[in-house]
Amino acid sequence: MNIYGVIAIFNYEMARMKRTLIQSIVAPVVTTSLYFVVFGAAIGSRIQQVEGVSYGAFIVPGLVMLSLLTNSISNASFGIYFPKFSGTVYEMLSAPISAMEVVLGYVGAAATKSVILAMIILATAGVFIELEIRHPVLMLLFVFLTATSFSLFGFILGIWADNFEKLSVVPTLLITPLVFLGGSFYSTEMLPPIWQTIALMNPVLYLVSGLRWSFYEISEVNVLVSLSCIGVFTCLCLLVIAIIFRTGYRLRA
Amino acid sequence: MSSSSKNIIKIQSLNKVYGSDFEALKGVNLDIRRGEVLALLGPNGAGKTTLISAICGIVRPSSGVITVDGHDIQRNFRITRSLIGLVPQELTTDSFETVWNTVSFSRGLFGKEPCPDHIEAVLRSLSLWDKKDNMLRTLSGGMKRRVLIAKALSHEPRILFLDEPTAGVDVSLRKDMWKIVEDLKTQGVTIILTTHYIEEAEEIADRIGVINHGKLILIEEKNALMSKLGKKQLLLELTKPLDNIPSEFQNFDLVLSEDQHLLTYTFDSASESHDISEFLIKIQSHSIQYKDLRTKQSSLEEIFVTLVQEAEGDKEGVITAE
Repeated sequence: MNIYGVIAIFNYEMARMKRTLIQSIVAPVVTTSLYFVVFGAAIGSRIQQVEGVSYGAFIVPGLVMLSLLTNSISNASFGIYFPKFSGTVYEMLSAPISAMEVVLGYVGAAATKSVILAMIILATAGVFIELEIRHPVLMLLFVFLTATSFSLFGFILGIWADNFEKLSVVPTLLITPLVFLGGSFYSTEMLPPIWQTIALMNPVLYLVSGLRWSFYEISEVNVLVSLSCIGVFTCLCLLVIAIIFRTGYRLRA
Repeated sequence: MSSSSKNIIKIQSLNKVYGSDFEALKGVNLDIRRGEVLALLGPNGAGKTTLISAICGIVRPSSGVITVDGHDIQRNFRITRSLIGLVPQELTTDSFETVWNTVSFSRGLFGKEPCPDHIEAVLRSLSLWDKKDNMLRTLSGGMKRRVLIAKALSHEPRILFLDEPTAGVDVSLRKDMWKIVEDLKTQGVTIILTTHYIEEAEEIADRIGVINHGKLILIEEKNALMSKLGKKQLLLELTKPLDNIPSEFQNFDLVLSEDQHLLTYTFDSASESHDISEFLIKIQSHSIQYKDLRTKQSSLEEIFVTLVQEAEGDKEGVITAE
């Protein structure tokens, strides 16, 4: 195994985060604070409790999930897209490094950044509400698996994209709406029955639900179903990446 | 076994087809000797970069076999790629990274443990040491080219591909590059470079290959090729039309134009037996008057055209002096 190669890619990607500290860290903290001010204080003051949890606390898993999904996708897709855009990808293609090692480097860095961000958001939330995490290990498992699976998805997106617009279209037009409609800021029990059924078709609902269970032991669906969803999604992404490297799709002519 | 063989790279029947019908490489066979400097010449789109990219693993060959130091480039890609360094044609750099970081990154990517001493030595040899903390976007084109060479040398390769390393660089830097190539050759590194500049090939190459339309149409020792390139023409614009070429000039390669006003003498400037003054004295002694004279050397493009025409008549498709 080319362990030095994996470390080189990982460190190179992490260095990019350090160079863009304001964009990477400060912006999500400010955004999260705004969510708490708007949803937690302004709107939340009119909603006493949701399923026995204060509204401010209820939205924490949703906020963490929103950050995890969008940042995992953005970090990983940009990480592999930029070398393609600048032409420096030639070096990776000519290096003695396997496809899985490349994925480990890029996806590992993207997922690490997302997990760090998730922890920062949790810490920020702790300023506004009293945090309660009943199953911290499970919470960390959910955070880690979600960050990994969506970083894999972002990696695929970065290889597929041949311009910056395509790079931003999936997080903006697909992920964000799915998170907002996936019960991040409300319980699906608040919806009319027909919309409750439709909401079950939203894959993000299973992620938010699982993460929320690790916090408060309340969920829309069984926690094992949530874990299974992440597992299946991760396997699908790995399969697609294996096909990409086997065929050289948009990487190797 | 492999490390002692004469040829470090062997290419057999290499084909590359882009899309459904564009043949970028057509049955290329080539042996590259250990420790030599091989210059690949050819016009734009000839297939030079595709050939290099196929050896380095950037392009997937449609068919054919490539071995590096006795190892198949697909089955043993880790071994073969770790032996190769590539300097691409385009100035592709990560603008926001520093020189030190980007060169160190390349070493790691190629599976080598960190070695600040080696990176420092490479940067110093390329006059980049005082720029080590500079972001790449602040460097000139010439300096970026040096950084690309430093990246390629960061993992101590035994084979170095230089894809048009002096395209768009000034004369001073070009000569620096030649010096770098000379030093690397002294260290036993095999160097393959592509270039449009015949003088570059003349200066640093041991052998020269010519590619056109995806075919390797010539592979020769430099000196043998230089004698071909050394052919020049002396053109005499005559004051009065000449009826015919006097028989005393039968030893000279002379052509009289149709309008009888231009006399063209083709000669080999590299030949020791050649003496242009003898020719001019003979012209004078025959009272052949001329109002102007000039010399002309075949351009590289003209030589390519000639070689392509020769190759079309050659069943093997490869002309060789060996």
